[in-house]
Parts: sequence; C-alpha cells; structure tokens
Amino acid sequence: MNVSAIEIINGKYWANDGWVKFESIRIIDGIITAINSDDPIEPLCVIDAKGGIVCPGLFDLNVALREPGYARNGNIDSETRAAAAAGVTQLCCTPDSQPVNDTKAVTKLIKEQANLSANCEVLPLGALTKALKGEQLSAHASLKEAGCVALSNGAAPISNLLVAQRCFEYAKTQNMPVFMTPMEKDLYEGCMHEGAVSTAIGLKGIPAIAETIAVAQLLQLAKATGVQLHLSQISCAESIQLIAEAKAAGTRVSADVAIVNLLYTHESVKGFNSHFHCIPPLRTEQDRQALLEGLKSGAIDAICSAHLPWEAAEKRMPFVETAVGMSSIESLIPAAVKLNENGELKLEVFLKAMTENPRNILHKEQNTIETGATANITVIDTEQKWVVEQQQTYSKGDNTMFYNEEVKGRVIATLCNGRLTHNTQDLNSKNNC
Amino acid sequence: MESEIQLTPSGRLKHFLSVSGLSRALLTEILDTAESFIEVGERNIRKVPLLRGKTVVNLFFEPSTRTRSTFELAAKRLSADVLNLDISTSATSKGESLSDMLENLEAMASDMFVVRHSQSGAAHFIAESVTPNVAIVNAGDGWHAHPTQAMLDMLTIRQHKGSFEGLKVAIVGDILHSRVARSQIRALNTLGVAEVRVIAPNTLLPNDVECLGVKRFTQMEDGLKDLDVIIMLRLQKERMQGGLLPSEQEYYRLYGLNQQKLAMAKPDAIVMHPGPINRGVEISSDVADGPQSVILNQVTNGIAIRMAVMSMAMSGQTETNTSRKEALE
Repeated sequence: MNVSAIEIINGKYWANDGWVKFESIRIIDGIITAINSDDPIEPLCVIDAKGGIVCPGLFDLNVALREPGYARNGNIDSETRAAAAAGVTQLCCTPDSQPVNDTKAVTKLIKEQANLSANCEVLPLGALTKALKGEQLSAHASLKEAGCVALSNGAAPISNLLVAQRCFEYAKTQNMPVFMTPMEKDLYEGCMHEGAVSTAIGLKGIPAIAETIAVAQLLQLAKATGVQLHLSQISCAESIQLIAEAKAAGTRVSADVAIVNLLYTHESVKGFNSHFHCIPPLRTEQDRQALLEGLKSGAIDAICSAHLPWEAAEKRMPFVETAVGMSSIESLIPAAVKLNENGELKLEVFLKAMTENPRNILHKEQNTIETGATANITVIDTEQKWVVEQQQTYSKGDNTMFYNEEVKGRVIATLCNGRLTHNTQDLNSKNNC
Repeated sequence: MESEIQLTPSGRLKHFLSVSGLSRALLTEILDTAESFIEVGERNIRKVPLLRGKTVVNLFFEPSTRTRSTFELAAKRLSADVLNLDISTSATSKGESLSDMLENLEAMASDMFVVRHSQSGAAHFIAESVTPNVAIVNAGDGWHAHPTQAMLDMLTIRQHKGSFEGLKVAIVGDILHSRVARSQIRALNTLGVAEVRVIAPNTLLPNDVECLGVKRFTQMEDGLKDLDVIIMLRLQKERMQGGLLPSEQEYYRLYGLNQQKLAMAKPDAIVMHPGPINRGVEISSDVADGPQSVILNQVTNGIAIRMAVMSMAMSGQTETNTSRKEALE
C-alpha cells in the first residue's frame, strides 16, 4: 500500500533498555520524520496502536516460501503476505524449492517474485550442496552475487564429513555464513521424539543424540575451518550446552530455535495430532525449558518460525505418512504473547531474538525507531483476541499450532522499508487517508 | 485423550481403538460379554442376531490370516453382513487416498470398519477425522495397539487364574516393535495384576519402557522367577537383518522358552503366545504343546472377544448416531 504520510499513535517502543510511551510516530515517504510532533500535516493515515507495542520489523531466519515447485502448498505471494501479517519485514527463505535454489537463476526468480509481491524483503539462502544432495559444492560465489545472504543444506543432513568440511572451507572463502540443521542421518529415522510418548503410542522415535552428535561434529568443523556457522532449529537441552561451550571457546557460531519448540512438547503428539509432526521433533518439557533458558542466557541467539505450509490433504493421513512441518509464521506473535503471559519468556527477549540478533547474524544494520530512520516497523496489539483459522490468515497452509484456537496478540500493521505492507485498520473511512 | 474418542458421553464403547484410557469396569464388561459368547460357539446353530442388518467391512491393509478370519467369523456369528477388502490390490494402489477411499465405503452405508494398518495411529485417524459415524475396531496398527488380541489374552488369563489380583506376568521378546505387548501391558495394569515384567535384550526394548508401567529385565533367569503367566512374543526375521540381534540361534539360546527355563517360574505358570509361533526360535515344541501351554485356548477366545467388542461398539455407535439424528430433527 502506498501511503505517503502515516502517523502511528498511542503506543510504546523499546529504546535504551526500556519501554518509551509515545503520542505519535510520524512517517513521511517511508522515513520516520518525527516522534511526538504537534505540527499538523495533511493528508495523514492514522494507525492506532491502542496502547500496544511498536518495534523494529521482525526478521525470520527460516521460512519456506514453497515457490518454485510446490504451488499447491503456497507461493511467494501468499507466504510473504502471511509474513507481512505476522509483522515480518525481512526473511530468509530456505533453499529446498523445486528446483533447489542452487543456481543464480533460481535465486533471481525468487528475488523478482518477491519484489513483485513487495510484501517483505526476501533474503534467499542458497543451497550449500548441489540439489541439497550433500555430494558436491554448489556455486557459492554465484549464489552470493545473485543475492543469497548465506548457505544452507535445508533439512538435509550432509552425511559425508569430508564434503561438509570442503563446503565450510569454500563458504568461508566466499565469506558466507553457513546454516545447518544438525541431524545425524543414520540416527534420524523416526517421526517424533524418542521417549515416553513414542514408547507408549508406538511411533518410531528420534533420539536426542541424533541432534547432539551432529551439533558436536558441526562445531568441530566450524572451529577447524573458521566458517561462520549458524545452527538452525535446535531442539535438545544438551545441544545448548555444547553451543554455549563452543561460544565460550571462541568458535564463530550462532543458533536459533523454532517457535513451536518453545511452546509444545512431545506430549502434543499423544493423540496422533499430525499438525505436530515436525522435524526436529517436539521434545521433552526439560528440553523446552532449556531452550527458553538458552534464549535468556544468549546461548541461543534467535527465534524463527520454521514456517512450512502444506495443503490440508497432506496432513490428513495416518501420522507417519503426513507431511512434516508447520505453517507457523502467523502464530509468532500469539505464541510470544502466550510465553510472556505464562511468565516463561519476556516479550523483550522474544523481540530481541527476532529483530536485533538475526540482523547481527547476517551482518545487517539494525532497524531503529528514531527520527531519520527508514520505517521498518511492526505494530502489535498484545491484547487483541482472535481465532487462528484459514479465513483469518494469509498463508496457504492451515497446519498451524493454534489450529482453530482463540489466541491473544495480533499484528495491527507492518511497515517494510517505508511501505505499509500490512494493516488491519480501516484507513479510508475512520481516518484522514 | 484416547478415551474421549472411544466412548459415548455416557461412557459406553463406540470405537475400540486401544485399551489405553478404558476403565477396569469397561474391560471387565468386555471379558464378561465375551464369556457369554463362548457358549454360542458351542451350540448347533452358532448365531445370535445382534448385528443383523448391519454391514461390517474388514479393511486389512496388512496381510493377516488368523485375525481377519476370527473377525469375519465373529461378525457372521453376530449375523452381520461382512465385506472383506484386501487393500493391497485395491484402491490405494491406484493412488486414491485413504480418506477418500473410506469416505466412499461409508457412503455405501457401512456400519463398522475393522481396520488393520501398518502405521501407528491409523485407526485413530479414521475414527477421529475420516468416518466418525462408523464404528471403528482396531485390528492392529503399527507398533501402537492390538487391543482385541490383548483382551483375548486377558480372557485366557482369567479363565486359568480366576482373577488378576496378585498375578506376576512377564512378556518376553520384541517389545519395541510389538503392538500386542503395548496393549497387553495397559490391559494387565488396568485389570490390576501385581507386576508386569518385560524380558528382552536392550535392542528389543524401548529406552523408556518403564514408563509403560513395567519392570525391565534383560536376563531370563532374573525375569522368570515367581511368574504366574509367561507371554512369549513372535520374533520377526527382519530383526536379524536390521542388526538388532546376531542370529536366531543365539536368541533361542538366551530367550527361547524351553522346559529348563519354564521351571524357573511358578509350577502352575501358564504359557501364552499370540501366534503364529516360531518353534525353536522363541519357544520349544515341548513347551508349546505341553500341559502349561494355553495357546490354543487363546485362538478360541479370539472369536468371543471380537464378538463382544463388535456388539458393544455397534450399540454405542448406534446410540450416538440416534441421539445425533434426534438433535438434528
């Protein structure tokens, strides 16, 4: 939406370790021109924050846009629109499209589509190996030139350590960070966490060591090669300990956790609820608590949505046969509000893990809320209640964690690089737009 | 959670998916009802009209001789019309999804599906999301549950031991991959035995097996002491190929039940096996055919238990459907 003058009223923003209440934030031609200014200007769009939060736009490190290749489940337009509705202004899209994003052409296609949709800034992750097969290096330098910000092997483990080592060395040569989801392939043959629940309901489990062994190996490789390593979707308590030790020893490593692992455990799978069929799996309460602690201590840097939308039929099968993953981006804010209200994770920690820290990982300048800055802003009503259902959301997937549940906390408006990309208020009739 | 799907608001059975979540009273009702059906099998005319006019569809996505034929006999003795579908050669091989296929069968006015499937949770999925108005009886799903097998074993135990109180029971063999063991453990604990043990090498035991309410034993000598009931499980040949065991010979030497090992249990201990048995792999012939073996009683009881469960689930489902129709009118 192209609106040249916007005023956000009646909210608070985070500055210098504290919340600052404001009367108004004025944005003209995409730039924050004034905070609490009385000068009248016309025409003006007014967004009422209703006492809620204004923060820098969220940065999501792990989103599957499903295009090219999986249009039945989502496309760049639908999923970036969902991102805007989730308050996300920048996102990294995973390379596991079809064809895989292992060439300049695919990267360019993604960038062009994203620019056409103009819902948020899309920063592609290039495939670390050709076709994500874990056998041959992809053209890291070309991918970087085309706009890839980092390399990733998606959720496909590289079982050959020699290949992994060479990938790390080559990525380091190109000065590109490497995103890895730690998975030891031979131990990863299951569909949920191996533990009391998998034992009770007879599903094959994925033990914690399937992750921790891979974390240990990847940390050793990162140390040896000097590459900047980012570990995606950590799920186990012991992984966090390994990461914290590596950080203390000076290894260039960061880590993120998927939002669903902060809220749910393997208990959610008890009734064979296929919406909770995720990789990495939902683990124990002890793991969940350790993940929350890891965010507070800084061992884990970022939170991601790990958004992976599927059409409904893909989740309507016996549990094992259902597609893996969750359409989770539009659940980010309700999840954060819930964690905050449960006293488990302060909203400030959540916001830091979705704004400042992901930008640091990718060496991006920080978005700030101050006069002169380009508006990358998310406006959140932390009190608004709504039902997470298909009619209320933009993603093509309805495989959500809050499936048809009433939740609290909603994004009122999003501004990405100065443009209004999402807005729930009726600007034309109520205000002076 | 499992009880919610299986029961009517008044607490009667409407699906039979798992023993988990069912009360001791309900399990006892199943056993008592089955007991009354044993007599039907001894009559000249072995039929009762409880399911007359109802259509039962046997949906076997996995091959089975014994379970399928006892379900078929049970349904016929209850006077139901029975349709047997061999799914491996049917719709799903043409690419039709499971839910589409079942919705079609429901449209043909089926009243009950007896489902066997290789995936854990398949019967739940059907009962919860696909055809909630058709009574679903689980005839075995993946490693999850085989509740009619467990209940026929309970009936066999009760017939021989009188009650469950004070009994010590061990299940020997591949617990990890066994839906039978999972259902037996739940049933035994709900019915109030003194102790349930599992005996197997660690490769055939889930890491958290104690969570099921059992004591873990890895040596037969320790586990067999003071037992009233020994349940042997079938060992699948795949376990050797999968690297879980070195050989059948070594397994038999360590865990196979022979007279010498049987002597470690109580003198009046009974020996059970869900079948089909591998003689010389998990059990010796002289034990399988010996005086303490009750393996053939189990087969006879299988028909009675299935009649009990089918008649109870059908009546619960009919009650639910009738009250739903009345509410709509």
